[in-house]
Amino acid sequence: MSTTETTAAGIGPVEGAAVYNVDNPAPVIEAPRKRTRKTPKSTRGNFELYGWLFMRLSGVVLVVLVLGHLLIQLVLDGGVSKIGFAFVAGRWASPFWQLWDLAMLWLAMLHGCNGLRTVVNDYAERANTRLWLKALLYTATVFTILLGTLVIFTFDPNIR
Amino acid sequence: MATPVLDKAEAEAQAASPYITVTFRVRRFNPEVSGEAVWEDFQLEIDPKERVLDGLHKIKWELDGTLTFRRSCAHGICGSDAMRINGKNRLACKTLIKDINPEKPITVEPIKGLTVLKDLVVDMEPFFQAYRDVMPFLITKETNEPTRERLQSAEDRERFDDTTKCILCAACTSSCPVFWNDGQYFGPAAIVNAHRFIFDSRDEAGEQRLEILNDKDGVWRCRTTFNCTDACPRGIEVTKAIAEVKRALITRRF
Repeated sequence: MSTTETTAAGIGPVEGAAVYNVDNPAPVIEAPRKRTRKTPKSTRGNFELYGWLFMRLSGVVLVVLVLGHLLIQLVLDGGVSKIGFAFVAGRWASPFWQLWDLAMLWLAMLHGCNGLRTVVNDYAERANTRLWLKALLYTATVFTILLGTLVIFTFDPNIR
Repeated sequence: MATPVLDKAEAEAQAASPYITVTFRVRRFNPEVSGEAVWEDFQLEIDPKERVLDGLHKIKWELDGTLTFRRSCAHGICGSDAMRINGKNRLACKTLIKDINPEKPITVEPIKGLTVLKDLVVDMEPFFQAYRDVMPFLITKETNEPTRERLQSAEDRERFDDTTKCILCAACTSSCPVFWNDGQYFGPAAIVNAHRFIFDSRDEAGEQRLEILNDKDGVWRCRTTFNCTDACPRGIEVTKAIAEVKRALITRRF
């Protein structure tokens, strides 16, 4: 009897033995990021308002841009098989299609970036995780937007 | 095959006794015994026309006195006994057993997103902190005590009538997926109570409250999942109230 108890104490809790009692209650599971009296108050900025509006407005424009893009690229005039360097070069010879693709690039990238930002805000619990995920997100977004813009404006159909 | 005589006897027995056997599957947590929350089943003989709260009372009074839950008025007004019944936030005192399929075990859990202290009791402090942060009281610029009541037209009163019904049970806030993941979000209940004053013609601090809800943890975090509207035991159109605050913020800006 007594030997069992000493071994139990030596190897930690065994099944059935009470680890927690009135004087030593188990830790409760705290909700992540609780609102307390110390939670920072209003920042008086309108960033979230603009972000919310941008998502709605860019979404409406993107429906037209993306569906039009898919229609031209994949359905009309022979479908996907016609796409090649010459086809892209031909379209980008017109400033209209340059502008179309530029608008699509910027709106889609910013729309997606803001969407992922809200996902990170919703799901990343620790401040450091948030920081790094957002840093990665913003870097990828800026890189893609700048590279895409550069290509649209400096595209050379005679490149070898 | 039973004989007709037996069938009749059975029918009479059933008509005489309205009681049926119901299994209550309750999420138990007692930090003074174990760090783990476990499901515990209770078999009850109960009238299906009774409420889930009556079942919990029966468990506490007759089967296991250690079962811990909040309830006060037991008639859907005080908002103490919001809990997750069969996976949906409801008031135990407004849910009839016959309405939630008593053939299967009825699961009863604490509301989510708030710290469980014991069994079905959660720490409501973060919820009430968000409530306090929207200043849920009348604010006027005049400093003198009024000599007569503040009159209001019936139309002005109707404007915010829906949001006056809130009983602060936290069923909406603890059904909100954004609140589950990030408790810094004000949550539907706080926004509903801000709405009640923002659209009150007698109140003069609507601007301040809008400013508070314009914050990064304010109304813009709402994803319009309508969980709050579904959960509200008072039938408040919570998501609509949040949308009205959003609209007020946008029209104020532009």
